[in-house]
Formats: sequence, structure tokens, C-alpha cells
Amino acid sequence: MLKLNYMVQYVSASFDASFAAISDATRRGVLEQLGRADASISALAEKFHMTLTGMKKHVAVLEQAGLVATEKIGRVRTCRLGFRRLEEEAAWIERYREIWDARFDELDRVVEDLKRQEKTDGRKNRK
Amino acid sequence: MDARTESDSTPTSSRTSVERKSGREIIVRRTFDGPARLVFEAWTKPELLKRWWVPKSMGMSFLACEADVRAGGKYRFEFLHPSAPTPVAFFGKYLEVVPHSRLVWTNEESDDGAVTTVTFEEKNGKTLLVVHEVYPSKEALDANGGMENAMPETFSQLDELLVDLRSRV
Repeated sequence: MLKLNYMVQYVSASFDASFAAISDATRRGVLEQLGRADASISALAEKFHMTLTGMKKHVAVLEQAGLVATEKIGRVRTCRLGFRRLEEEAAWIERYREIWDARFDELDRVVEDLKRQEKTDGRKNRK
Repeated sequence: MDARTESDSTPTSSRTSVERKSGREIIVRRTFDGPARLVFEAWTKPELLKRWWVPKSMGMSFLACEADVRAGGKYRFEFLHPSAPTPVAFFGKYLEVVPHSRLVWTNEESDDGAVTTVTFEEKNGKTLLVVHEVYPSKEALDANGGMENAMPETFSQLDELLVDLRSRV
């Protein structure tokens, strides 16, 4: 009954990795940071007061989710945002939300009608 | 969850919140300005359900709406979209019905159907509604927007959204 397959018009291979990736505060911070400028893993580690190994792990999770792309130039691995997936995630959730929002706007009206009706009936009963 | 309930009842710019809890679960929340018994009524009387389940903006029409709202009772919704050749039917059965507080039902037109729990929580004359869908697999939830079901109209909306998101980056 709630099946939105017919209504949510968007598909992507798998969102799982991305949702897991952005469930962590540090990783969200990294995404935010990379949104401003590309950065090396060591610069990110420093920024977030972390060991290089710790940051490497976070970046690996983000990379697997397609949210971050990395490129090794010389001895430095530079990270940048992998926009595409993030947009898809946001769009998927937003479409889902829009459908429920539209549906609930109509439900609001039904509830208003029921309230008004009850009031009228209540007055009648008192007479 | 209770803490979240509190914060969700404060008015925000978008009144409906959606949270993808895990690969298989998705939660939708909204507060309605009315007592739980009325909101519950709107979910359980077919003639009322028909008035809001398919928002007008979707352009679909209800052909049939049957709902035998009691544990073990069945429901069947049929819609028609002008661009679709045949009606689409959704059906399943109610697993739990607790008046004014809780509804649980299955969705059985495919193996990928979710089990949906809706709770109605009344506070100061308002009702917090929580829709919790659990799909059999993450793939089933991911596919909950299958390309083959796409309607051109919504794709253009999606395009606009993507443009908007891009310009924000």
C-alpha cells in the first residue's frame, strides 16, 4: 500500500555505502572541507587532529561510496569530492520526501475537515 | 527516538522529514494539527484515504480503494495514470490494528514489498505520525524508484533539483 516504486522516480545502484559513509561526523566534515578545496590526506589528518592511518580509513570509506575521488601525484594523495553520488543520494531522499509531503498536505486538509465536522456535530448534539 | 520526537515537533521549514535508517529501512515523520483518533480515521476509512493518498499533483486517479482494517484484513488500491496503459494495483494485508495508535501492514504485489508500521502519537491535541517501512533487502528499497516506472514529469523535476544542488556546491 505504501509502495512508492510507482511514485518515486529515481534509481541508483546502491545507496548503502553512501548512507554509511555520511553517518559519521568526521566524514561529513571531510566532505564539507573538500567542498571548499581539494586536500591531501595528510592535510585532512592534520585538520581533523587525526593520525594519517585514521584519516586514510575515513577517506577509503568515502571513496568506496563514490563520494570522494583520490589521485596520487608523486608521493601525495589528493582528495576531491566525487559529486555525482552525493547528488543522487540527496535527490533520492528529496523525491521521497516530496511525495510524502504532498500526500500529507492533502491529509492535513482531511484532518481539518474532520475536526470541523466534529465541532458541528458536537454543537448539534448539545441542542 | 523519544528525543528525536521532541525536536521534530518544533516547526521547521519542511514539515515532513525522511530518514533512511539503514539499507532496508526508511522513516517518514510529520505532525498533524488534530487528535490521533481523527488522523487514524483518515488512514483507515477508504473514502477518506482516497482523498489524500494520491496527491493531486501526481495526476493519478483512484479506481478502487478497499481496506478491511483489522488484523488479517486485506486492502487493495488501484490507480490509473494517464500515461500508463493499465491500472496499477497495490495490495496486502493488515497485521496489526490498534485503534488510534498503530497500524502494521504488508505489501504483497511483489517479493520486494515492505512491511509498514504507522504510529500515531497524540500530544496537546496534535499528532506525531511516524511511518516506518522495512524492506526485505537493501536492493528492494534502492529499487523503490525503478526507472521503468518513471514518469517524464517527475524526471524534469529531478533535473531541476540536480541543477539546484549543483549550483549550491
